[in-house]
Amino acid sequence: MTKKNGANILLECLIKEGVDTVFGFPGGAVLPIYDALYDSPLKHILVRHEQGAVHMADGYARALGKPGVVIVTSGPGATNTVTGIATAYMDSIPMVVITGQVPTALIGNDAFQEADIVGITRPCTKHNYLVKDLKDLPRIIKESFYIATTGRPGPVLVDIPKDVLTGTMNELKYPDKITIESYQPNYKGHPGQIKKALDLILSAKRPVVYAGGGVVLSNAAHELTAFAEKLGIPTTTTLMGLGAFPGTHELFMGMLGMHGTFCANMAVTNTDCLIAIGARFDDRVTGKIDEFAPYAKIIHIDIDPTSISKNVSVDVPIVGDVKDVLKEMVKALPQAKALKEHKKGLSEWLGQINEWKQTHALSYKQEPNGKIKPQFVIEKLYELTKGNAIITTEVGQNQMWAAQFFKYDKPRTFLTSGGLGTMGFGFPAAIGAQIAFPDSTVAVIAGDGSLQMNIQELATAVQYKLPVKVVILNNMVLGMVRQWQELFFDKRYSHTCISVAPDFVKLADAYGAVGLRAKKPSEVEGVLKEGLSVKDRPVLMDFRIDQFEGVYPMVPAGQPLNKMLLV
Amino acid sequence: MRHTISVLVTNEFGVLSRISGLFSGRGFNIESLSVAETLDPHVSRMTIVTSGDDKVLEQITKQLNKLINVIKVYDFTGEEHIERELALIKVNLTADSRAEILSIVDIFRAKVVDVSPRTYTIEITGDEEKIRAITDLFRPFGIKEIVRTGRIAMARSPKQK
Repeated sequence: MTKKNGANILLECLIKEGVDTVFGFPGGAVLPIYDALYDSPLKHILVRHEQGAVHMADGYARALGKPGVVIVTSGPGATNTVTGIATAYMDSIPMVVITGQVPTALIGNDAFQEADIVGITRPCTKHNYLVKDLKDLPRIIKESFYIATTGRPGPVLVDIPKDVLTGTMNELKYPDKITIESYQPNYKGHPGQIKKALDLILSAKRPVVYAGGGVVLSNAAHELTAFAEKLGIPTTTTLMGLGAFPGTHELFMGMLGMHGTFCANMAVTNTDCLIAIGARFDDRVTGKIDEFAPYAKIIHIDIDPTSISKNVSVDVPIVGDVKDVLKEMVKALPQAKALKEHKKGLSEWLGQINEWKQTHALSYKQEPNGKIKPQFVIEKLYELTKGNAIITTEVGQNQMWAAQFFKYDKPRTFLTSGGLGTMGFGFPAAIGAQIAFPDSTVAVIAGDGSLQMNIQELATAVQYKLPVKVVILNNMVLGMVRQWQELFFDKRYSHTCISVAPDFVKLADAYGAVGLRAKKPSEVEGVLKEGLSVKDRPVLMDFRIDQFEGVYPMVPAGQPLNKMLLV
Repeated sequence: MRHTISVLVTNEFGVLSRISGLFSGRGFNIESLSVAETLDPHVSRMTIVTSGDDKVLEQITKQLNKLINVIKVYDFTGEEHIERELALIKVNLTADSRAEILSIVDIFRAKVVDVSPRTYTIEITGDEEKIRAITDLFRPFGIKEIVRTGRIAMARSPKQK
């Protein structure tokens, strides 16, 4: 019998977990893995910076609903993954990150390329491991995928010393199933609580559904829509929840929070029954916490007990999987006739909602001969793709405009770093999504600032012939920070001007990508059309937009949601 | 309000830092912490003394439970339980003070565990009050050093009728 080494065992374990694609970058400590990859059926995407690998795996996971897998070397390779891991952790994205480590005998000796990555990532992973013995490796890999994908998902890091990778074993015994005594996520909602919640909902006069990323993670978009439709409840989502409820649905009010719609924020402020589903009352959502939903009884459905009553005290908590709980709730609804009666009672509230929607719709003004408005670019992109695209974003104004002006009808079509707000996320995430869905249109709505944080991945996209569309809303400033300086710092634009930037068209050319530019509104459609038609390589579309365009409405930090700056 | 929490964890390296990291990362207090193996060598028990209002304690308990290595969390607050701590106290000694120190040791049912020409080292177990009381009494003689274990706690068994 031929013996297998740790690296071969590792790859076999990954394949048994259903992994077909990994994102990574080689180095000394992981040479055994890269040697094994040489004849492995696994597809390896060679990135240009380890942070890019993690964001790609993240975008892949968000788009596909399968865990993303990353392989990097020890020391700097491992530390470069930290921002990506923290990003995935904040947004509960399933991911397994394999890091090489110096040989066991050298750990703690300040060896070349040694970093205590398990120590460093302890607070930003769901769990992490240092594999000290090859015989533990299969169990640890099994546990990693189990932990990453169950309960509230999240990233898991596995640190493997080089001698474990080169050590040998006779055969691989991979466990089929695993249970961890100290980790038993609860999926079933408590029936008593579900009943209490339904009673509350049915007696409410002004109910609102507030849905978050948990609905997407739990694949419960269908159940959410059924629930809201059957009860006739107007629905808003968080940034992370966009796509969990159809963006074109008549009950949809748009996003809530700091840059939410007037309608959503007013509805949440005036509701008497707020149904929070897979959301966690983030400060960007609630504004001033004491004045958030002041008249509401709050129902909170979440798989993570720590989310409940963390920021806002809740009247009816339901710990469980959103999909499961919503199914149970829909099942327990009264007969159609009674529901019809109930819906009638909401007509006044829906009238009010529609009035808010109409009087204060999201808006902007595009002068035909003026500067290009970023919202116009996004609306054109929506029009040309008919909404049939996966959109990722960078972080800042571009992200908020993408959330406001593109309509997401399906879950997993809007990928954004909501929790950590990581600039540099969007472009590699788009590459990951394009790898998951080679035939879909994948576009990143980027700012000129964020894009430059991981622009090196252009080479990766060119290498794998990925037709990612990079829509640069180029205002030559760090727009969101500039907007805050304008509003709250006396227009003292300290270090937000980044007009010294590469010529993105030439840059695209230098990398072997396609570069296009629009300077006038009349050129926008042509550039987008041309960009969308490219099928074999990435496209940078440089839209020179109005530098002083802001994101509105805006709830200043620390203010209640109904105190919006409208402009 | 102060709480004594008992946390059963899997006995693996790195678990202590997961727990302490959780407390520091989320701004929770640790007043004392003691750890040792249980009857099952794969399981350790940590006894943590912490403080905070009900909301904070709810978060502490939930966040601890969320850690993969945590098996069980138990808050003794409001329960009948025994708390103990052990302290070693090194007290200065003079010809005049010897008798008085020994009588305090006797009253508190403490023990002298080491003697040198200039010091007594005294071992005492008890709850926090008791240790504070004896420390206060020794202070006038001069305490050279004090080492405390941190609190441990155990629920009382239900009384038989």
